[in-house]
Amino acid sequence: MKNRLLQKLAWALLLGVLLVLPHLLPNNYYRGVVNLSLIYAIVAMGLNFIYGYTGYISFAQAGFFGVGAYTSALLVVDAHWGFWSALPIAGLAAAACGVAIGIPALKLSSHYLAMATIGFGIIIQMVMQNWERLTHGASGVHDIPSITIGTYNVDSAVGQYYFLLGFLALAMFVTWAIDNSKLGRSFKAVREDEIAASSAGIDLTFTKVFSFALSAFFGGVGGSLYAHTSSYISPDTFSFDQSIVLFTMVLVGGAGTVCGPVIGAIGLTLAPELLRFLKEYYMALVGVGIVLIMIYMPQGVVHLFSQDGRVGRWLQSVKQRSTR
Amino acid sequence: MAEETYAARHGSVQVNSDGGDGPPLLQLDNVSMIFGGLRAVDRLTLEVCTGKIHALIGPNGAGKTTVLNIISGFYKPTEGLVRFNGQTIQGFDSAKIAGMGMARTFQNVRLFKELTALENVQIGMHRIIKEGLAETVFRTPAFRRAELRSAEKAKELLAEIGLQDKATVKARNLSYGQQKLIEIARALAQDPKQILLDEPAAGLNETETTDLVHLVRIVRDRGITILLIEHNMNFVMSLADRITVLNFGRKIADGAPGEIVSNEEVIQAYLGRRPSLRST
Repeated sequence: MKNRLLQKLAWALLLGVLLVLPHLLPNNYYRGVVNLSLIYAIVAMGLNFIYGYTGYISFAQAGFFGVGAYTSALLVVDAHWGFWSALPIAGLAAAACGVAIGIPALKLSSHYLAMATIGFGIIIQMVMQNWERLTHGASGVHDIPSITIGTYNVDSAVGQYYFLLGFLALAMFVTWAIDNSKLGRSFKAVREDEIAASSAGIDLTFTKVFSFALSAFFGGVGGSLYAHTSSYISPDTFSFDQSIVLFTMVLVGGAGTVCGPVIGAIGLTLAPELLRFLKEYYMALVGVGIVLIMIYMPQGVVHLFSQDGRVGRWLQSVKQRSTR
Repeated sequence: MAEETYAARHGSVQVNSDGGDGPPLLQLDNVSMIFGGLRAVDRLTLEVCTGKIHALIGPNGAGKTTVLNIISGFYKPTEGLVRFNGQTIQGFDSAKIAGMGMARTFQNVRLFKELTALENVQIGMHRIIKEGLAETVFRTPAFRRAELRSAEKAKELLAEIGLQDKATVKARNLSYGQQKLIEIARALAQDPKQILLDEPAAGLNETETTDLVHLVRIVRDRGITILLIEHNMNFVMSLADRITVLNFGRKIADGAPGEIVSNEEVIQAYLGRRPSLRST
């Protein structure tokens, strides 16, 4: 009895903190960092589909992030579209790129696919830098208008926080919905044993390409959100390095889970800020932290809280002791 | 003893004992599989009649699993035709052949290790249950009904193999014998016309093997045609309506179990000089 109440209080507390967080932060800089972590959480959740659920390593996610950002920014700035029309197109444009490289690349086995995705990511960045007439080249796209909901302008850090939180919640719901469905099971079957999956009737090519397109779609949507909350984008942001960071977020947070990529994204985006007092040594600590997590929690941080993780089991034993 | 407990769980088993042969559901016509210089399968002609249990036996390396891999679509045969349910299927993708009503198990059990027993069986229904992306994301009533139906049917199949209590256990935490049964349940979930069993009795103890014999008979009595590879001759003799013997990729005998037992070439190639089959 007392336990249920405590559990509900804990969740209520978490929800409460989430709702007032921007007002607890001292200035817009920190609010901006939190907002960025929410965007990366969405992009990382995209990567989670092809890597976490379907088992194929992709280093192209930053590329899809960029395709979405540029598609949305250019549609609004140069073609004078509205945000709400540009957003889905950004996602679909990224998804189309996912299909285009997915079909040839997914015939390759894991290591070679990873290499192909690296190449693709670099190609996207080169197009952003060099197709100046379309993308404005290395100088990037400036003065991207903020998002409007009716007459309300989402241009403050606080407003953007709630807007992005809503999108993150939506992304988490979609991931959860897919996780608990035939589609999710088919992704996982391909990850666990392709041959058995195929002999059970799962079309491997379709499943892999669809998973890849879904990953790209999330990346593209994240890109659009990024463009219209940052007001400026340039090719530098969407580099191979960024793909590695995104991959690390999923891996460290917990691949193949709903919350894992979110925890990984928030952790890895906030870590440099929280460790600023270490000056130039903060990166070393982040690096060591990642290595330790990979050794002691190879399934990711989120696994600690699952039924067979250390924290999960401790919580269960606490429950059992208090109900005796 | 084992028979009693199995009968208590499933009710008595009626064995199909009509002598006539149904039309061939599966036909291999002069099929050869050549890997480099090696003829793994050499001009094999084989017919599996509808509703029968057909066994494929032979020494290790005789090409039996290769034949199954050709039938299920993993290999495209170098020569020859494979016909299933009237259609020519050699060269078809294995998922497509599965969709036509062919299911199989594997010599080294291939389960989805991180998925639960229930989910493993549900995968078998992939082509039967319809759930589109929109239904999934919006959690429509149609989606909920489909998920409920697939879970119920999977639970029924688990109950048939006696593993309903293990529904939420991850496949990697099940025993070898249990995993083999789940693989068969997954194949049954496909509602197939034909099941290919690759050494289903391998690694099973006596009780498990006896239970498996009853399970295979129940499957056959449902009208599912069975082609199985086995080394356990007691198992083969208690089940097979027809036996094909392979040696070095070639068919050396094909007929009723009684004929195979007394075939000199089979005895020499497979069983050694002494006719040890007669002591069954």
